[in-house]
Amino acid sequence: MDATVNLTVNGVKWTVTTDAERSVLEVLREELHLTGTKYGCGGGRCGTCAVLMDGKRVLSCTIPLSEADGKAITTIEGLASGDSLHPVQEAFLEEGAMQCGYCTSGMIMATVALLKEKPRPTDEEIVSWMNVNLCRCNGYPKILNAVRRAAEKMRR
Amino acid sequence: MIEDLLDETVDPQLSGQSDESCQELKLSRRTFVQLLGAGLLITVTEGVSLGRRSGGRSRGSITVAARVHLNLDGTITVMTGKVEEGQGSRAQLTQAAAEELRVGADRIRLVMADTALVPDDGITAGSRTTPYTVPAVRRGAATARELLTRLAAKQWRVDGSALKVRDGAITNPKTKQTITYGDLAESKEVAEAFKQGVSSDVAVTAVSEWKVLGNSVARPNNRDLVTGAHRYPSDIVRPNMLYGKMLRPPSYGATLESIDLSRAKAMKDVVVVRDGQFVGCAAPSSFRAGQAIEAVAKTASWKTTTAHPSSKEIFSYLKERARSGRSRANTRGSTEQGLARAAKALSETYEVAYIQHVPMEPRAAVAEWSRGNLTVWAGIDWPQRIQGDLARAFGISSERVRVIVPDMGGGFGGKHSGEAAEEAARLAKASGHPVCVQWSRAEEFTWAYFRPAAAIECKGGLDSKGSLIAWEFTSINPGSAAIDTPYNIPNTRILSVGSDSPLRQGPYRCLAATANNFARESFMDELAAAAGADPLEFRLAHLENQRIRTVLETAAKHFDWPARRKRVTGDVGVGLACGTEKNSCVAACVEVGIDRRGGEIKVNEVCEAFECGPIQNPANLLSQVQGCIIMGLGGALREEMKFEDGRILNAGFADYLVPRFRDVPKIDVHLVNKTDIPSAGGGETPIIAVAPAIGNAVFAATGVRIRSMPMRGGLLKRA
Ligand code: FES
Ligand code: FES
Repeated sequence: MDATVNLTVNGVKWTVTTDAERSVLEVLREELHLTGTKYGCGGGRCGTCAVLMDGKRVLSCTIPLSEADGKAITTIEGLASGDSLHPVQEAFLEEGAMQCGYCTSGMIMATVALLKEKPRPTDEEIVSWMNVNLCRCNGYPKILNAVRRAAEKMRR
Repeated sequence: MIEDLLDETVDPQLSGQSDESCQELKLSRRTFVQLLGAGLLITVTEGVSLGRRSGGRSRGSITVAARVHLNLDGTITVMTGKVEEGQGSRAQLTQAAAEELRVGADRIRLVMADTALVPDDGITAGSRTTPYTVPAVRRGAATARELLTRLAAKQWRVDGSALKVRDGAITNPKTKQTITYGDLAESKEVAEAFKQGVSSDVAVTAVSEWKVLGNSVARPNNRDLVTGAHRYPSDIVRPNMLYGKMLRPPSYGATLESIDLSRAKAMKDVVVVRDGQFVGCAAPSSFRAGQAIEAVAKTASWKTTTAHPSSKEIFSYLKERARSGRSRANTRGSTEQGLARAAKALSETYEVAYIQHVPMEPRAAVAEWSRGNLTVWAGIDWPQRIQGDLARAFGISSERVRVIVPDMGGGFGGKHSGEAAEEAARLAKASGHPVCVQWSRAEEFTWAYFRPAAAIECKGGLDSKGSLIAWEFTSINPGSAAIDTPYNIPNTRILSVGSDSPLRQGPYRCLAATANNFARESFMDELAAAAGADPLEFRLAHLENQRIRTVLETAAKHFDWPARRKRVTGDVGVGLACGTEKNSCVAACVEVGIDRRGGEIKVNEVCEAFECGPIQNPANLLSQVQGCIIMGLGGALREEMKFEDGRILNAGFADYLVPRFRDVPKIDVHLVNKTDIPSAGGGETPIIAVAPAIGNAVFAATGVRIRSMPMRGGLLKRA
């Protein structure tokens, strides 16, 4: 069943008329062509599709479009302002915290959400927050370093 | 075909060496400039001939122009058939070219894996980029530098050896005359000179002189990865593109007898295709395509085949079907006599389950037809092979097929085949639109190929002094990688034996080396225990290979092996293992914690030493080693395909457990930089020491020997 949904993505207002059951992930990728948000499992178990919805982390593959009506979504494409990267993006670059990089946007969005809630996370808090995010290149050590570095940067 | 894949990864000598004649692909200058994208100006004025070989590594036979182009802005475009899937080839090949062209890495624009533009560098697999493609690119770049120097010398009427090349400029120190690569980009003489073949004996820069190689150069397009700008194969968007979904059989070997397509055909904007066993739908959204497939799936009637073994009985199934094997060349002495003379003899069988690569990006492709020409963007490991496969599938010549591999989301040996590419191309052809196909996670878990299961039978004999005098090793099904023992044993018999795999199997990071090394290094530990020897001393006593000794001693030293071995308790054990494969050497020491009540093995710490010759990019190598260690934990402790009646029972992350942040132990990596040999690849071998070291640590703590991967802590509950 088609529905018409209004949502704001990275500050831009969209009105989308489509099957209401489609996931936010699919609509971002296939309708808005914002492909920075990735499909990894479609079932809420890998975190590659993480975005912020009204400032909170959500797994966009698990959210039907109908639930995003009236919501503000931030994707990886919306983090940098112009040429200047978000501190979390910088931290990932500085630590070289990506191999294939397919998990990176989900990792970065998860980190942004974490640091909003907990600007001084302990290692245990980082691990438990990030545990939903999979990296199959198994680059976890450098990703952890990047999260720690990002926390430091954002406190400065 | 998968058998071929197995062979070629097991043995690099078996593939990619056909000496078919050099084909010429002619592109007009206009097309070429367009292909390389805006902002790039190409030196050539007439036509560009990209030398390429059909099916095989191009080795020295291509022209310099096929490898190197000077651009007016002083940058240099370098072309390679290798793909980037997270292993770091983009940075490494950029460094290789920069080193020989005497420029910084930021001056190189590397064009990878586009059949219209790049030479065929063979498959990206088997750790071959470092030993084969890096040298090929270096020779291409060094030849280009020499030709340019010669041109400058000719222009200035001096001897070329008097000229210096630095930072992209050729200088005559005497006259202070200078000409830059950018200046030469306009030269007709360069275009003419670059038609020459890459010299096979051109001198490349000695390790001691490296300025770009040997440094931790970051991945050149890393910024696009943190901004989401990079388009992976699954991210390609074309005008009026549709999304495709395929009908999958309910079980392996099932054949479609009848199906009613009418309900899907009646759906708005849906294209339905049936061609024999192939049924697919394309629609303006994945969701709609999925609904269409669901609608037709309900009407399908299937003929299923019976007699599929389940994962429970897989090892007896493989053993019963084991073929007779040929002894390896290094078989020596007589194991019958050795075992008969032995003071102690052991005989054990090890088992390794099928596992899946689980790349973060499942198979994906976008296909587009235009006037009988097919362009495909796909996540695959060898563009030229998939180009050939597609040409055959559609009955057209390869010249009409262009395959492009955007840097993709992981592979680990799992993306040698081009299923999604062909599916997308079929749907695109039928619908008249570009079509994107991305496999679901469940499809990737079920229809991609698996790392082979293994049953490995080991026999060993010790003399009265505790020396190993007999070694029999029969490896059933996984392949022969790392099957030979590096230990000095007078009587050996080593066999690699094929079987009848019920699952589609193929390459994986280090493939059979993990299974073979797990069995060997676990069994070595059993023999050390039987000899009453320390596992480190026992290995060293039988080990002549200096490179393995070095990594073993390095890991043991940093781990503080002797002291920690003395501190082993029933809850905390330490173990070690080593090995060699693909011309690199690894050793690991691990500490495990045992939770007997919960039946859990927790890896607390891994200390690994790794050596693959001169290190070309230390930061990337560290990432590879860390990644191998953690990926190795998955296969060691949890990963296993479960199947029954031709169906996969755990085709998702809920039931197939891959390592997560929580599983990451303390990791201590020591990269040994050995500069007097050629560099070898480093993205695979670091995985092979992990599982046996864990098993050995579990044994040290509990006295229980777990002889199967994954090693289940549940076994320890009973102990
Ligand atoms: S794709 Fe959404 S959690 Fe995996
Ligand atoms: S970098 Fe490849 S999945 Fe994380």
